[in-house]
Amino acid sequence: MSAKTTPNPHYDVVIIGAGATGAGTARDCSRRGLKVLLVERLDFTAGATGRNHGLLHSGARYAVTDAESANECIRENMILRRVASHCVEETGGLFVSLPEDSLEYQKTFVEACQKSGIDAQIIDPEEAKRIEPAVNPEIVGAVKVPDGAVDPFRLTTANVIDARRHGADVLTYHEVTDFLRSGNRITGVVLRNHYTGDTKTVECDLVINAAGIWGHMIAEKAGAKINMFPAKGALLIFGHRVNNVVINRCRKPADADILVPGDTISLIGTTSSRVPFDEVDNMDVTSDEVDILLREGIKIAPALAYTRILRAYAGVRPLIASDDDPSGRSISRGIVCLDHATRDGIEGFMTISGGKLMTYRLMAEWATDMAMKKLGKTAVKCDTADVPLPGSDGNQECPKSKSSRKHIIELGTEQIAAQGRHGSLTCNISKGPEDDAMVCECEAVSVGEVKYAIDSLHVNNLVNLRRRTRMGMGTCQGGLCAARAASVMGEVLENEQKALTDLAGFVNERWKGMMPVAWGQTLVEQQFASWIYDGVCGLDKYAKK
Amino acid sequence: MDYQKQNISANDFEQCIKCTICTVYCPVAAVNINYPGPKQAGPDGERYRLKNPAFYDKALKYCLNCKRCEVSCPNNVKIGDIIQTARLRYDKSSPKLRDRILASTDFVGSMATKMAPIVNTMTALSPVKAGMDFFLAIDKHRQFPKYSGRTFVKWFKKEAPDQSVFKNQVTYYHGCYVNYNFPQLGKDVVKVLNAVGYGVNMLEKEKCCGVAKISNRLIDSAKKDAELNMASIRKAVKSGKGPVIGASSTCIFTMRDEYPHLLGVDNSDIRDDISMVIVFLYKLLEEGKIKLAFRPDFKMRIAYHTPCHMQKMGWAVYSKAMLKMIPGVDFIPLESMCCGIAGTYGFKKENYPYSQAIGQELFDAINAAKPDVVACDCETCKWQIEMSTPYPVMNPISIIADALDIEETKKLNSL
Repeated sequence: MSAKTTPNPHYDVVIIGAGATGAGTARDCSRRGLKVLLVERLDFTAGATGRNHGLLHSGARYAVTDAESANECIRENMILRRVASHCVEETGGLFVSLPEDSLEYQKTFVEACQKSGIDAQIIDPEEAKRIEPAVNPEIVGAVKVPDGAVDPFRLTTANVIDARRHGADVLTYHEVTDFLRSGNRITGVVLRNHYTGDTKTVECDLVINAAGIWGHMIAEKAGAKINMFPAKGALLIFGHRVNNVVINRCRKPADADILVPGDTISLIGTTSSRVPFDEVDNMDVTSDEVDILLREGIKIAPALAYTRILRAYAGVRPLIASDDDPSGRSISRGIVCLDHATRDGIEGFMTISGGKLMTYRLMAEWATDMAMKKLGKTAVKCDTADVPLPGSDGNQECPKSKSSRKHIIELGTEQIAAQGRHGSLTCNISKGPEDDAMVCECEAVSVGEVKYAIDSLHVNNLVNLRRRTRMGMGTCQGGLCAARAASVMGEVLENEQKALTDLAGFVNERWKGMMPVAWGQTLVEQQFASWIYDGVCGLDKYAKK
Repeated sequence: MDYQKQNISANDFEQCIKCTICTVYCPVAAVNINYPGPKQAGPDGERYRLKNPAFYDKALKYCLNCKRCEVSCPNNVKIGDIIQTARLRYDKSSPKLRDRILASTDFVGSMATKMAPIVNTMTALSPVKAGMDFFLAIDKHRQFPKYSGRTFVKWFKKEAPDQSVFKNQVTYYHGCYVNYNFPQLGKDVVKVLNAVGYGVNMLEKEKCCGVAKISNRLIDSAKKDAELNMASIRKAVKSGKGPVIGASSTCIFTMRDEYPHLLGVDNSDIRDDISMVIVFLYKLLEEGKIKLAFRPDFKMRIAYHTPCHMQKMGWAVYSKAMLKMIPGVDFIPLESMCCGIAGTYGFKKENYPYSQAIGQELFDAINAAKPDVVACDCETCKWQIEMSTPYPVMNPISIIADALDIEETKKLNSL
């Protein structure tokens, strides 16, 4: 299933933004029979979707302050375990109280959880230490909740794949630069191809703005005003799994109080600070943020004091002011689905925003419900809560995988890793002596998996490849694997020059995330990579200045 | 900030900067495409195993524990230890009968010495070899070490000269091979040490060092033996009969460096008192405490092979220096590389072809050197080299025993 590059002249719906919400909406709309075009200015998951904890919230965190969000979370949590099993890891979670935290809060917390339908059980701190040995041994209280880990990259990709299976077209690196209008009606979009600079127009009956924080600017372009506020959240990635159970601090939500085990690593986060709109495309993590994350993180898991940090990154939460508060002070954390026809008198345009990664499916459902109504279609029941995503749908297409290595009956690490990433779609990965060769050793990505991603998962460059496969996300941060991946890409896409420029860009992008934590082994690693790429290979002459 | 000053992780796996030098130096990765190599099997795989033990890759059994990865690592990552620990922790399959037999050096040895002539004849017969190949997957190409009709310990008790006459006392850890198969090496050790004025003691109780049990995952049994050995060594050292020295590099390496982290047996108080005979002699010579006199008519062209664990301990220099000290020795240092046998590893049918492929470069170098004798400190290297080349292999101590003018040496040491 290769990616389509030329869109049709007309669609029922154009969805802007391929984060989890946009991809989920594309899936839902196309499953309900709409002809969909999903457009993304960069890559899938390039915004907030790819820059968060990857926490499968139980909702417990919101139980005390926002019962509605908490309830949405726990319901979606249970749904995602079913429909997105290959993206979810059922780790379980703990809310721990340190000596300085009030056990009164724990009581309030547990009661609130139970009211929202979250199975929160107070357990003995000793039991908590047994469940998760990395937790601070000083804890005085612990509550068990059904938290987990969810991989937002896989989740989004799976939604895109299903949307495509139901006839949706998908364009990455296409930015909506303007709208086509007829009177007060939006009748289409003007798209600019980021690679070629070409523009084209696509007509449609409805535009759904699912662009996260960038939705603020999209709405402005359409002539509507949404009061959005970019809130930056920084996180640190540790070199290996420190914990195997999510650890939360049982207190009023604050900085760095969630430690999530995600795939091969652990993540501590987040901070929270308002940033101006002109910074949302370029988030840098400051040394103060790194300090806060470490200082607070160590309190819940002391091992963070001496565990290698791979990188730091930050995402932007799109916070939206409630419509009834023009001052913008009252922030809604819930889902915001706006019909700009009734709100602003603009026909053919709606916005889905707010919410969180956990509720992306529900957001998509609401947006699709509204879209069907606006388009005057007969209501079709939403089935995304029941039908598993591609990859989580059992082994329908796949014969049971066999190891290609002689003598070894069990699968190799890379084969199990690939199954973890692509679920039942793993059978699309070609095997053979050459395809089994390793591209990324830290994250166990084979040549075959890279080829599969290039062929079927909208991979144009190494950053795309990283998001689809984890190539370059491991300990070496691209130091060794990026060159191999670039080589495979150059060969498959038959463009070696582009692959070299891409490689230089990728290595620099990795360095950006390492810079805030460049000490110890991370710095040594980077010096080694820079010595190879710059010193030995002379890659600097391909870097964009 | 007093945090993040250093990275601490099990066996320093997080210190790995992915340079891949270890895989370049891995003798197995070079010949066996099914083995992921030390980097992937070690620090890379560890991240996955921490996520879920199901990621354990059975191909880790191809690691022959030569530790050359650790020697090559610029960041001191204990790569070999990570791999061995993973095998012990995550491979839940029960060791095969074949592996149990190969690992039980003490038991098999004590049985075999009782009927040595029969056992030796039998194990050399090709139908017997074919049978073992078929039923036990012990490769039929392998030559078995001959068993001795009388153990070294029996010789020592009955025939060794009175050791109590010497002012200085030292304890000899003979190991299974010397005891059951090749008492001559033990006799040579006693001869040389006596000649320089050292009386030789046996440990009160001695068991196999456990290397074969460890590599075949018979951990409980290995731990028992290790605890017994450590208790005996501790006793010897405390009673002034230390250090405890041996002439087989792997036994000494295992007791010094594998007991604490693989078996959880603490040896920190006596680790420095466990050493090699050759190191012991060299240091005494260097300090001027002993003197050696060699036979003027001794002539030998010697190619020295560095056993992997000698390389890991960094002690091959002592063996080389001692051999070069002998007038009349034409010394050829061979490049340090694995011979491929790795103890019981090379006896296993599934490993045999890799074992021979690994050793090929070494065999070629030996054949090109045309020595009279290959010298090396490890008995399993000896079996491998003697089977795969036309040259005899001697322990450096045996060469010294041959070359020594005993009477003259005694005089020099005022005996």
